Amino acid sequence: MPFTPKIIPTAGRKDEPVLRHSIETDIALAARFVRQHVVASIYHAGSGHPGGSLSCADILAALFGAELNVWPTAHDDPARDRFVLSKGHAAPALYAIAAHHGFCDKREALRLRKIGSRFQGHPHVLDLPWVETSTGSLGQGFSVALGMAMGLKMQRSSARVYALLGDGELQEGEIWEGAMCAAHHKLDNFCAIIDYNKLQSDARNEQIMRLEPLAAKWRAFDWAVAEIDGHDVAELLKTFRRAGATHERPSVIIAHTVKGKGVPAWENVPQWHGSVKLTREQAEDALSALGAARKDIKDYLDGL
Amino acid sequence: MGSESPGLIGTSGDSLREAFGKALSELADEFPQLVVLDADIAGGTGVHHFRKSHPERFLQFGIAEQNMMAAAGGLAAVGQLPVVTTFAVFCLRAIEQARLSLAYAKRNAKIVASHPGLDTGPDGGSAQALEDLAAFRAIPGMTVLSPADPVEMALATRAILEFDGPVYMRTGRSPAKRVFGDDHTFEIGKGHIVRDGDDVTIVACGVEVARAVEAAALLAEEGIAARVVNMATIKPIDAQLLRRCSKETGAIVTAEDHNIYGGLGGAVAEALGATRPCPIEFVGVRDTFGASGEPEELAVMFGIGAKAIAEAARRAIKRKRRAA
Repeated sequence: MPFTPKIIPTAGRKDEPVLRHSIETDIALAARFVRQHVVASIYHAGSGHPGGSLSCADILAALFGAELNVWPTAHDDPARDRFVLSKGHAAPALYAIAAHHGFCDKREALRLRKIGSRFQGHPHVLDLPWVETSTGSLGQGFSVALGMAMGLKMQRSSARVYALLGDGELQEGEIWEGAMCAAHHKLDNFCAIIDYNKLQSDARNEQIMRLEPLAAKWRAFDWAVAEIDGHDVAELLKTFRRAGATHERPSVIIAHTVKGKGVPAWENVPQWHGSVKLTREQAEDALSALGAARKDIKDYLDGL
Repeated sequence: MGSESPGLIGTSGDSLREAFGKALSELADEFPQLVVLDADIAGGTGVHHFRKSHPERFLQFGIAEQNMMAAAGGLAAVGQLPVVTTFAVFCLRAIEQARLSLAYAKRNAKIVASHPGLDTGPDGGSAQALEDLAAFRAIPGMTVLSPADPVEMALATRAILEFDGPVYMRTGRSPAKRVFGDDHTFEIGKGHIVRDGDDVTIVACGVEVARAVEAAALLAEEGIAARVVNMATIKPIDAQLLRRCSKETGAIVTAEDHNIYGGLGGAVAEALGATRPCPIEFVGVRDTFGASGEPEELAVMFGIGAKAIAEAARRAIKRKRRAA
């Protein structure tokens, strides 16, 4: 039986407004699916990073839902846009949005981190060609994406390149090497999105290594900077469009997000960043908070 | 051995980096996807020739090797043929980028490293990479080359561009002695016998091949017939040829401008240990860092010169006789 959990717009938290049907609604529903799938796959894996996967769900849903010209049937089309998940530990979210758009099977993608699975703990391009490049060592995906943008520009391609970065990832020196390089080479086909959820592995960014003033840093590197609510789909779409229109400058979107977004018990709690083992009860509670129906919760958690 | 230019053999030629840079520039039109990445040392790596001939395909990354190395993965992913150029020590700095973004992703990208080993000379210990062959050899799927002279370097440059997959190749800083004539041929994965003999085989790579030939001449004066094998491909090593040499000469000496651990010596020992073991003596830098000086002075000081190779050959032969 095909695994197609129902995503009901009004089944979420009580304080959510009823969504109008529009592209924004589709994206919000996709983001909800991503969050549910993330919880389920990490539950089955017995390890994985829920916090940073949940915080970027809306960004991924907006990118894949409206911005990227990528299709499962043409994932090797040279003219396609490229998306690189530089914060590779959010692999469960990438797998979920890819499954939502038909790049892979939803149930197979639940076999996260399992022996013999193509869905490794961090994305690998030889297992899944549509992930564009292997990531998992912070800083590198950003540089690889930059190289893609450079090459596509040389080829006079109209394809754009997007890289999703974590905030803790910005502590890698390689990021600032790349930031200088992309601006120097005027890569206006390149857009970096920072999932700024303020928490990293052990504690808050500001306790581990302060990032602020963050927008000023990117401006000083001569990037076009936008700072937005990373859970506001309409704002995300508007900002992507604006980023696509920059001339001779790369753009960065600092997307303010909430770590663990969608599962109130996990929101803003650092311990949900790192690799965690979810109990059945924790997974059920989280799925329920994410608006999954009782039958779908069973489908997600049973019989893998 | 060459017949067209025998007079040049043994003389000091171009440095390996210059030979590489000139070849790359000459090959550019044949490989339209080729792009050359530099971290502000084009004059040092030889790619200033390419910068001059093909400025539109010369990509400047500034003094930032990690970003450059990983960006090569992105360039390869969109169909370019990137050649990353820097000093061997800075390849070590960016080795994790080479591992994940090039080798793990199986990108068709090439890393060409100048200033390897004591051949780097006066810049001193900090600049002399004596660990690169070992480190890059340990990366799955990485092909590792160290050609011997300017003639072979030009041929190897074409070979790596034709080859599909990640490659690490050493060039060299100092003027290199000519070992081969113009009729030399090169194939990745194949070692070849430069000089024949049946008492002992000296397996060498890079600048040590010329010293091995010199050592063989010293040994010949004592009536010892040393075979010299040029093993320009360290990975995948030519295990078949090594096995044959072990069988036919019964003793091996490895010679490299590198730490004795993990480089050519390690590769040869691994191959023979699994096929036809025989006494092996290792000539290389004995697990220490280099120092300032001219390459020939350093070769004597650190025991990788012709005399040291000849001495190792005598030891290997003695061990063979003892075992017999």
